[in-house]
Amino acid sequence: MSKTLFEKIWEKHIVKTIDGGPSVLYIDRHFIHEVTSPQAFTGLNKRGIKVFRPAQTIATADHNVPTLNQHLPIKEELSRLQVEALKKNCAEHGVELYGLGHPFQGIVHVIGPELGITQPGMTIVCGDSHTSTHGAFGSIAFGIGTSEVEMVLATQCLLQSKPKLMRINVDGVLNKGVVSKDIVLYILSKITASGATGYAVEFAGSAIRSLSMEARMTICNMSIEMGGRCGLIAPDETTFNYIKGKEFAPKDAAWEKSLAYWQSLYSDKDAVFDKEYHFKAEDIEPMITYGTNPGMGIGVSGKIPTADTINENDKSGLSKSLTYMGLQQGSNIKGQKIDYVFIGSCTNSRIEDLRMVASFVKGKKKASDVEVWVVPGSKQVEAQAIAEGIDKIFEEAGFMLRQPGCSACLGMNEDKIPAGKYCISTSNRNFEGRQGAGARTLLASPLTAAAAAITGVVTDVRELLN
Amino acid sequence: MKAITTINSHFVPVNIENIDTDQIIPARFLKATTKEGFGKNLFRDWRYENDDETKPKKDFPLNQPAYSGEILVAGKNFGCGSSREHAAWSILDAGFRVVVSSFFADIFKNNALNNGVLPVQVSDAFLHKIFAQDSNTELTVDLEKQSITINATNEQEHFDINSYKKTCLLNGYDDIDFLLSTKEDIQQFETLTT
Repeated sequence: MSKTLFEKIWEKHIVKTIDGGPSVLYIDRHFIHEVTSPQAFTGLNKRGIKVFRPAQTIATADHNVPTLNQHLPIKEELSRLQVEALKKNCAEHGVELYGLGHPFQGIVHVIGPELGITQPGMTIVCGDSHTSTHGAFGSIAFGIGTSEVEMVLATQCLLQSKPKLMRINVDGVLNKGVVSKDIVLYILSKITASGATGYAVEFAGSAIRSLSMEARMTICNMSIEMGGRCGLIAPDETTFNYIKGKEFAPKDAAWEKSLAYWQSLYSDKDAVFDKEYHFKAEDIEPMITYGTNPGMGIGVSGKIPTADTINENDKSGLSKSLTYMGLQQGSNIKGQKIDYVFIGSCTNSRIEDLRMVASFVKGKKKASDVEVWVVPGSKQVEAQAIAEGIDKIFEEAGFMLRQPGCSACLGMNEDKIPAGKYCISTSNRNFEGRQGAGARTLLASPLTAAAAAITGVVTDVRELLN
Repeated sequence: MKAITTINSHFVPVNIENIDTDQIIPARFLKATTKEGFGKNLFRDWRYENDDETKPKKDFPLNQPAYSGEILVAGKNFGCGSSREHAAWSILDAGFRVVVSSFFADIFKNNALNNGVLPVQVSDAFLHKIFAQDSNTELTVDLEKQSITINATNEQEHFDINSYKKTCLLNGYDDIDFLLSTKEDIQQFETLTT
């Protein structure tokens, strides 16, 4: 019988199925961080049990850590207590921790792939919704709550119902200045922020296949913004080449064995999906959001929608969003003044993102009234950027290269955007108050963000490319 | 986990769509290492002017004495965004046992169920009927019958829930208890697949 990529992995991980209920799903890899794990460890301790398979859980500190002076004690007391609790819990339960100061520390969804921990055909979870990122390797990867973190720590399993299956195809060749972030913002603008709720989403088509692993991760990362339970892309030579030689990648005979399994991971030709979309890469231009959910995006040359051009149900949402954003219906987004630029987050903080920004800004200077923060996704990304001289390019442009963490994506540390200020951000969420109470977020690609850093306003990057 | 059978209560309406978990509980309040005490920061930035607890926004329903009860009623696509279980904890801590909406995000729905908060998904039309009621109206949510009733008009709608989850909620069982009871199956699975 024909199967989808999702079904092949899912079925391989079912321990048992409850009649009329969910299945017991085995979890291969579990990532934890300081914010959503403390209560799970407390739960284990209350029951008097230890982590069942500590070797399959990997910890890092990323959500609330400062991105300056990481060698000093964390000033903010509650953040420090969470980081210390993580350290203590990992030590007590024998879980490997890549904490502050460790060369492998970084955003959980950046370090998993770059260390070769994330591999095709796996089930991967973390108490963070952007766990969908790891699906770029052809794995089932999804975010969970803290009760579920406790379940995985206790049993290496979760109770899960099989989601419906969706395939989103993007075929063709991307236009100049258009990158993977634009693809995913475009899809979101078409299917909305709840368009994939209840579905596992496979991304396919020639435009997706042509992307690098890091670009694929950006797409799967934001599948949760469509409501998707997870996002995944069938592994191919690009995937295998990326993994080969990574710190924890299988070696020698184990590599050959893994590769044979990985090569079987694709949706069969006549596999059936519950829903399918087709988009053309040529239709996509550099994208930007104007509202307060990631589905509220437009091409950078477009106009903000008016109430009479949108669905009746979305009208009240539009006016509430635009009031918060201080933007007008029907006006151009291009030319909108920007105060902050944030290049970072599990969506766009990898070395290719930094290279893309550096090659664009080389020899240019940021606009004088704009503050630009570049926050690398991990210590390894930071080290690589310095080795390539990217730090110098940023310094000359007036961009500040900070230290790894989630940073201004969610403003749990000091990196907050002040109320009323506009931030063009390469992160994943433009929700009210996400980057700080009252902060106004415009989501865009690293290239579009870099262009705004130089001009000080929302800019069509294509006009600045040779 | 506290069991749920029938809840008969007034309700608090928050007639806004796409309420994400950053609105339910902003990230800056996620720094506790326990599950208690989040209720006071539920909808924090919609509840207070400039983050000041002495300046409640008068038009926000949670600040209006007329509204009370164990049932929160919200616009469609409730709980989208971040996986933070703190959203479910804050709702429970604020005294709610039921959330009614016409659509729930997946992770929130699981988190709610794992904490004894019942997500009741109704049709858009039924949701509008609830929002049209005044603050004196009570709702009855009967988990056994899987029904929700507007007491004043006797209008009723059926809601779906996975039968396993229903049993858990009716009895106050946790998933974790169930999973721990299947340890032998899990170990056998590991032997077979490695």
